[in-house]
Amino acid sequence: MKKEFIITTYSENHIGLTNRITIILTRRQVNIESLTGSESALPGIHKITIVINEEEEKVKNIVKQIDKIVDVLKAFYHTNEEMIYQEIALYKVLTKSLMESDEIEKLIRSHNARILEITPEYTVIEKTGHKEETQELFQGLNKFGVLQFIRSGRIALTRSPIEKLSEFLKERDELLEKVETRSKLRKAN
Amino acid sequence: MTTKEKETKRSQQQDVEITGSEAVIRSLIAEGAEVIFGYPGGAIMPVYDALYDYRNALRHILTRHEQGAVHAAQGYARVTGKVGVCIATSGPGATNLMTGIADAQIDSTPLVCITGQVTSGLLGTDAFQESDVVGLSMPVTKWNFQITTPEDIPEAIAKAFYIAASGRPGPVLLDITKDAQFGKLKYKYAKCHKIRSYVPEYPVNKEKLAEAATLINEAKKPFLIFGQGIMLGEAERELKGFIDKTGIPAAWTLLGLSALNSDHPLNVGMLGMHGNYGPNIKTNECDLLIAVGMRFDDRVTGTLKTYAKQAKIIHIEIDPAEINKNVKTDVALLGDAKKILRLLTHIVSPNKHKEWVKEFKQAHAIEDKKVIQSDLYPKKPGLTMGEVVRRVSEYTKNKAVIVSDVGQHQMATARYSKFTQPRSHITSGGLGTMGYGLPAAIGAKLGEPNREVVVFAGDGGFQMTIQELGTIAQEKLGVKMVILNNHFLGMVRQWQELFFEKRYSFTEILSPDFVKVADAYGIPGNHVSDRDKLDDAIKVMFETEGPYLLEVNIEKDDNVFPMVPAGASVSDILLSPEDATK
Ligand SMILES: Cc1ncc(C[n+]2csc(CCOP(=O)(O)OP(=O)(O)O)c2C)c(N)n1
Ligand SMILES: [Mg+2]
Repeated sequence: MKKEFIITTYSENHIGLTNRITIILTRRQVNIESLTGSESALPGIHKITIVINEEEEKVKNIVKQIDKIVDVLKAFYHTNEEMIYQEIALYKVLTKSLMESDEIEKLIRSHNARILEITPEYTVIEKTGHKEETQELFQGLNKFGVLQFIRSGRIALTRSPIEKLSEFLKERDELLEKVETRSKLRKAN
Repeated sequence: MTTKEKETKRSQQQDVEITGSEAVIRSLIAEGAEVIFGYPGGAIMPVYDALYDYRNALRHILTRHEQGAVHAAQGYARVTGKVGVCIATSGPGATNLMTGIADAQIDSTPLVCITGQVTSGLLGTDAFQESDVVGLSMPVTKWNFQITTPEDIPEAIAKAFYIAASGRPGPVLLDITKDAQFGKLKYKYAKCHKIRSYVPEYPVNKEKLAEAATLINEAKKPFLIFGQGIMLGEAERELKGFIDKTGIPAAWTLLGLSALNSDHPLNVGMLGMHGNYGPNIKTNECDLLIAVGMRFDDRVTGTLKTYAKQAKIIHIEIDPAEINKNVKTDVALLGDAKKILRLLTHIVSPNKHKEWVKEFKQAHAIEDKKVIQSDLYPKKPGLTMGEVVRRVSEYTKNKAVIVSDVGQHQMATARYSKFTQPRSHITSGGLGTMGYGLPAAIGAKLGEPNREVVVFAGDGGFQMTIQELGTIAQEKLGVKMVILNNHFLGMVRQWQELFFEKRYSFTEILSPDFVKVADAYGIPGNHVSDRDKLDDAIKVMFETEGPYLLEVNIEKDDNVFPMVPAGASVSDILLSPEDATK
């Protein structure tokens, strides 16, 4: 059964890496619901978060393929329940419609949204939440006419207290010391 | 000191200011490259100019097409176990490499491909001979990288060699802009031994090892199947040690061929679509399947729905992404085949499995009667591919490096050549690239100059890279070429005959007189059509110093059997065309 999964990758911040990751998905006919890139808590390490709708077996294989990319430190996948995640949405409405009644203001308050900018012409509203929530606000506001709407890709954190990246890097270093690759064995000879 | 030694010594000076292009050449020498294959052009000219001063330390082979260069580098890598190197110019030079790079990726061949690129300031402007080589090669390389500053060259090359050769090997591409080639740097070389984001192999898991040993000790009908991973992991001796102790019969994939001597009593033959009868049907009768260094390609497994469902499966594999990709395993042993097989051999109990091995012999007897005898000792007039291949193999005492192209003759070559040492069978497996054979044989001969190198090619495939006769002539390479000419794109014709109601749509192919073509290059050759002249023709070929082309006329209806039709189960293997129409 297909469902939503969040793929998280930690990688070097190299040119073309996002492309390398996405071609693994496109080659397998997997549609990307959203994709976000940013720095992680550790400088120099880049984090990419991808949301896809797929069967778990396929997701497992895809994550292994991503993990195999030389510049990827580690790739994981999680279900929505396993992560804390948000998306951000921006809505532009006519300031005139905002002034005409208090309906829009009520919507903003009841949805915990906020106003980013008001000009005589237009007003920009911001809301952070899950897709269903930002979508619901869109539906509400669109009764008054939404001029522009945009939703960001998903950002997500695991439920463990800290990003265990520095620990991970230490473990990785130990692992790499431990494996005697053929080139190392040859060097020793 | 010879010129070669002088050049090598010069290449080793550290902390000197040199150009980026000289750094390319010095880095290649530092990595132990001795032979490289390539074709010059505008964007790679600085590198060629630097090469001129090192042409004795680093032998360059000018092929007639960049596809020839990359396949030659593959052939070289496959026989030597070293990283193959090829260079090409930007744009068309680089795009001409792509087929070979894709081939190397799917067949895990270690390659470093170097392409010239337009000056960095022109990137993205549709400059003359600019193409997005990093983008183009991304899906078919293990790693690729664009170098735009001379200082990055030594480190990138060190990384490239390390990545290409370690773990599961594969092709790497470096795209070097012209300004990086012209620019200067303070040259210093250090080999790469570690990249934090890359785990070439995992240490062996001792618990899993014990689990595997238990399964092996308890199995009544264990069956081992192996791929190229045995040779890539230099685990030939360990494989032999393991089966000798456990008495487990072993079969090979197309790329695993030559890892185990053909005459080893437990070598039961080839797996897959045109593999042997026993290995295919026994896959669905064994109680334990031990797969080593192979990836369960669909040409090996047939339909997965009925593949080895009755058996427990142990998968010994270096690439984690291959575990459970196609076939679900019971015990996955991640890591280096050499180490794992050695450890396993220590802890398993000795066994003989006499009755079980006998079952393979019985299956072989059936195949021998129905297929092999008429392939090798035909009663009707007209030569078969099988008899030619076997006679050539025997003439070389099964010691030659045998290269094949793609098609019916490739299957005949795999089925009927015999081998007495590893890394001796070179063919394009995963990609099935027609045109691979001739240039790969060039690389193989350069890698193994003291061994006989024979390439079997079809009349179709030979014409895809026939221009490499020029390379053979110029370099005076003693490659023995045997064209099995059935006047057809035989393998496609076979499918048309069996599955497309004999509608032979565009598979009849006109060819030149290949012997005359060879003659135009100054390469001697001969035709043979009669059985009683075959042995003599083979003898003359091997007794002639240098290259030789033997064109053999083959019956066009000499189809390859047995056959597991695409999408069928391995146990539904057909032994004859009559089976197919049943
Ligand atoms: C580059 C390429 N194009 C097409 C094919 C499809 N193909 C596979 S086998 C074959 C026929 C090969 O004919 P020939 O070289 O004469 O060998 P034969 O089968 O007759 O021995 C073709 C066209 C291929 N494998 N590679
Ligand atoms: Mg043919």
